[in-house]
Amino acid sequence: MTSVLRFRFRKSCSNNETTFRSYETSKVIKKQYEKSKTIGRQRWWCVNSCCWFIGCMCSTWWVLLFLYNCWPVSLGGMIEPEPPGVRLKNEGLTAVHPVVLVPGMITGGLELWEGRPCSRGLFRKRLWGGSFAEAVKRPLCWFEHLALDNETGLDPPGIRVRPIPGLIGADYFVTGYFVWAVLIENLASIGYEGKNMYLATYDWRLSFQNTEIRDRSLSRLKLNIELMYATNGNKKVVVVPHSMGVNYFIHFLKWVETPPPMGGGGGPGWCAKYIKSIMNIGPAFLGIPKAVSTMFSAEGREIASIRAMDPGLLDSEILGLKTMEHIMRMSRTWDSVISLLPKGGEAVWGDLDSSPDDGHECLLERKSYFQSNSSKHRTKYGRMISFGKTASEQNSSKLHKNSPMEVMQAIKSATCGEVWTEYGEINWNNIQKLADNKAYTTETFIDLLRFVAPKTMQRGEAQFSFGIAKDLDDPKYAHYKYWSNPLETKLPDAPDMEIYSLYGVGIPTERSYVYKLSPSERCNSIPFRIDSSAKGQCLRGGIYYADGDESIPVISAGFMCAKGWRGKTRFNPSGSATYVREYQHKTPSLLQGRGLESGGHVDIMGNVALIEDVLRVAAGESALGDRIYSDILKMSDRVNIELYSQS
Amino acid sequence: MASIRRRKQPNDDPHHSTSTADEDDDDKRNKLSLRRTRKRRTKNYTCVDNCCWLIGCICTVWWFLLFLYNTMPASFPQYVTEKITGPLPDPPGVKCLKEGLEAKHPVVFVPGIVTGGLELWEGHQCADDLFRKRLWGGTFGDVYKRPSCWLQHMSLDNETGLDPPGIRIRPVSGLVAADYFAPGYFVWAVLIANLARVGYEEKNMYMAAYDWRLSFQSTEVRDQTLSRIKSNIELMVEISGQKAVIIPHSMGVLYFLHFMKWVEAPPPMGGGGGPDWCAKHIKAVMNIGGPLLGAPKALAGLFSAEAKDIAFARGIAPGVLDADVFHIQTLQHLMRMSRTWDSTMSMIPKGGDTIWGGLDWSPEEGYFPNNTRKNITSQSNSQAKSPNYGRFISFGRDAAEAHSSQIQRVDFRDAVKGSNLANNTCREVWTEYHDMGSGGIKAIAEYKIYTANDLVDMLKFVAPKMMKRSDRHFSHGLADNLDDPKYAHYRYWSNALETKLPNAPDMEIYSMYGVGIQTERAYVYKLTPATECYIPFQINNTAGDTNPHACLKDGVYTVDGDETVPALSAGFMCAKGWRGETRFNPSGIKTYVREYENNPPSNFLEGRGTESGAHVDILGNFQLIEDIIRVAAGASGEDLGGDRVSTDIFKWSEKINLKL
Repeated sequence: MTSVLRFRFRKSCSNNETTFRSYETSKVIKKQYEKSKTIGRQRWWCVNSCCWFIGCMCSTWWVLLFLYNCWPVSLGGMIEPEPPGVRLKNEGLTAVHPVVLVPGMITGGLELWEGRPCSRGLFRKRLWGGSFAEAVKRPLCWFEHLALDNETGLDPPGIRVRPIPGLIGADYFVTGYFVWAVLIENLASIGYEGKNMYLATYDWRLSFQNTEIRDRSLSRLKLNIELMYATNGNKKVVVVPHSMGVNYFIHFLKWVETPPPMGGGGGPGWCAKYIKSIMNIGPAFLGIPKAVSTMFSAEGREIASIRAMDPGLLDSEILGLKTMEHIMRMSRTWDSVISLLPKGGEAVWGDLDSSPDDGHECLLERKSYFQSNSSKHRTKYGRMISFGKTASEQNSSKLHKNSPMEVMQAIKSATCGEVWTEYGEINWNNIQKLADNKAYTTETFIDLLRFVAPKTMQRGEAQFSFGIAKDLDDPKYAHYKYWSNPLETKLPDAPDMEIYSLYGVGIPTERSYVYKLSPSERCNSIPFRIDSSAKGQCLRGGIYYADGDESIPVISAGFMCAKGWRGKTRFNPSGSATYVREYQHKTPSLLQGRGLESGGHVDIMGNVALIEDVLRVAAGESALGDRIYSDILKMSDRVNIELYSQS
Repeated sequence: MASIRRRKQPNDDPHHSTSTADEDDDDKRNKLSLRRTRKRRTKNYTCVDNCCWLIGCICTVWWFLLFLYNTMPASFPQYVTEKITGPLPDPPGVKCLKEGLEAKHPVVFVPGIVTGGLELWEGHQCADDLFRKRLWGGTFGDVYKRPSCWLQHMSLDNETGLDPPGIRIRPVSGLVAADYFAPGYFVWAVLIANLARVGYEEKNMYMAAYDWRLSFQSTEVRDQTLSRIKSNIELMVEISGQKAVIIPHSMGVLYFLHFMKWVEAPPPMGGGGGPDWCAKHIKAVMNIGGPLLGAPKALAGLFSAEAKDIAFARGIAPGVLDADVFHIQTLQHLMRMSRTWDSTMSMIPKGGDTIWGGLDWSPEEGYFPNNTRKNITSQSNSQAKSPNYGRFISFGRDAAEAHSSQIQRVDFRDAVKGSNLANNTCREVWTEYHDMGSGGIKAIAEYKIYTANDLVDMLKFVAPKMMKRSDRHFSHGLADNLDDPKYAHYRYWSNALETKLPNAPDMEIYSMYGVGIQTERAYVYKLTPATECYIPFQINNTAGDTNPHACLKDGVYTVDGDETVPALSAGFMCAKGWRGETRFNPSGIKTYVREYENNPPSNFLEGRGTESGAHVDILGNFQLIEDIIRVAAGASGEDLGGDRVSTDIFKWSEKINLKL
């Protein structure tokens, strides 16, 4: 670069030769040179050196890329330990039972089949999953296409977004972020392939019964199980659902044995005939608290922490972003979120004073662990939402007792033109009344939701139910809205079927929230938000944490297999065997990526021990037994649910 | 750099002229020192820096353009195209939607050979990181990166025709299997997009992807593909309450013919669907470019791993493909690989001399290329003799044109193959030719002319192992008595001349294919000058007429067709063999012939054209897509207007003397 300037200098200095000719040249030239150099610098330095720099970078990059591509394959893999699939293959395991994978929420890809003009060129391109490029390029269009109809919970007219079928539907969520890919690869190394492995993708935005009505996803799943059973020498299938897929598959179990038109007409022996075992990974049997905050204010731990770091970013009106409002508007049209609301009410999730998982020793920070001995204060997890930190800790007698039902009488006033989130319909005073020094348990929270989001809940409650059945023989339980709630259905009559609950433990998991009113009163804003300043024992950033896998608390994942279904209970009349298998989380080192021993909700799909368990069952083993690290058995004992029918 | 210097120069000159003479010394010294510094600095500013600078510039501009391209509104390209070529016609999907057509019958696609993607499920060490990556289709990146590994994985076992041990290559499933062959090169994508406009989606559209390298029955044995297709059709029919419309393309036509027999045959050989399965589940079979009677191209591929395009390439640069220097031996490798694929043998011309013509006659006699059809009368008068298409392979042009009585043929069948030519250096590119010896090669050449009847015998002679495998799975004859119990065997199922259509009087069969493109029909061969590891025969690319209207070019005789399948093969069954209640079609299934005249795209903006008749490009032909949508929406063949014929297919069919 500099030499360029110097050439030019030569000429410019010759301009001034007349004045300086009597001097010895070298010094003068040097001075002149410095001068013109600075001028030249101003003119040329920036662009040219930028080009030069970029050129250098590119060339280096290409060279490295070339070297990387030429790199012999074997050298790269030297550090990695032998994957479990290869190890088990050497042990002599081979593919025996066909495997069905049922993905959970969010991780499944969605593609566009028909759309508005703004989505031109996106036919059969991924809207959800992949690179999410469209969400960045045309966000409003993207929101419009992914939202469902507010009334029906199905497609809005003129828009068809469909799940991507096949293994590519959920092997990777975004590029490089595996979901099922590792498990698939390990299954493949003991002999699995397309003919004995099926990924049951479905549109995870819809309610479970609607996936059948719109896409025939349940029929398709049934057909594929039957087909694989027949083409693989009449071997029963092993089903591996993950996260919300667990609830989806429980729904399927009921659906398939129910006569048409509501069910699949498989007849009462269907499950016993076709299913060997169900290996639920990170199951959300009894719902997740995260769904509470998502429904209530479209935020979770991540969003609350972003807000704590930069309070203005998400709420800035300058760019007209209103990100949170858009997200809430979209996610409230997704019925499936409602399926994840905590089920079982106060018996499972605790009331104002106590909850089954009270007494959990928080490991948020080492210090607080020791403090917990001195302060004998127990976290009141049962208060799912409390307004203000004090409300979350006070004795229950000091709390306001009036339920949202009373406020509900108050008149709603539509103050905004276009209503986005249903919050726009509620008077500000009422919102303050709702928040006034209160705590809500699971049951009262659902009342609260009914008030703040009447349409959403009306739609949701036509599809899902959150209670505990008193009498399972009540004919009303034949309706499909009860099918995905394990506390309101019986398991099918399949005594040989095994049910596993495989989940990670040892990660702080959202359990309940401290809320506050958001400062602004403007239109279409979300009036509540997590109070990210609240801190305390087990409380960080306005969220109380309990043990779990980062998304699902232990109580939700483990209770059914640890107690609800164990033995011949009324929920499990045929006595299908159940097993709880926990995987202690170990934080991976930097080089390991997402880790081989992770217990995180999605990362657990790469956990070596879990993969080995799945492979062993698929290869014909059964009755792996329990493997427990957490207090799940103690917690379950404290849950007071009638397990045996009165008669 | 240079530009900067140049720009400055003119400014300097006037100042120079003002300087006086006695200052010249100073000036000179000045200049000298400057020159010295300049020299030093030029050295500093090396070539590398210049290169970097240049690359930087290019990258920046590129990124800028990329950015512009990405921010460009999506409708922009169409806008430009419309400005240049005038408004585009509505895509057929939109047109049909405006007419009120809606998705009614579920649709099943059956892709052909080559177009379906294949992915790796288990491989040798050299393919460690390719798990579930496409080996076939997509970018073919690994062909260049590790060619021998790729060949090893794509080849099947020479004895069984199934996977070699330790390697599992499986078809990609779902619509992605064959929507695009390589990025940007559509196969089914245009059709899928148009069907989606009228309301089709995954639940009523199914891509019956199968491993096209295997013989048809092996796809069931290994992957249970036929069972899979059966239950998916059943599911879609049950869900929608309507019979399915099947759209096979190319070899998929034969595959589906096999399927229709398989599904009604009792297990274990068949699918056990019962005798009325097809009647219950299928509304129409819309064959696109189907080589029902085989394709001569497949023959050349098997015989010498070449076809028109390769012969042409050889004509331009004679040495490249045969170069021993680099140990490339492309063709030998290709031949070795493709000979392990049973499916190619399903397309060897079927029906023998009865269909394809003998030494002195052929059904297409008197055909002249398209562009001369206007003055066809004068042409046929002046040119008394038309090529003998019946002579599939002739050694030497004289043999191809001579009258049959003047040809002296020595039968090859009993010839001694002679000593084994192969030595160890050829092991790597082993083809069966190396087992044959010079005696056998000579015998083949001395038979001079091969008609359809001789072909199978000839292939059996040159590639006994391959044909032994083939014999288990395919048959290329013509049935005298279809009730013969031997025809219950699956090897006859994909030969339209050796099976009966299912008993489904309401079903419709369409034969849709492009015409107006020169299509390979017969070849002039020569012996290859001997080298060590070689394919002894190759197309004689010097044999050609200077006359542009002639049918012989680069050693290949061409007829009308869609570039791959001659019109006769695609059209005959629907034009005659199955028309009415014949012995091949006992229940009288209605058949329709629909031809699409090739109309090459007028400018490059149209890409592969909307009126193309070429074998694969026809899947983007608007007229064809419209026909398919109409049938899928409920129309029958009569509603479409029955036959749509522009060639002499009926005349040609008349000439074929087949007992019906």
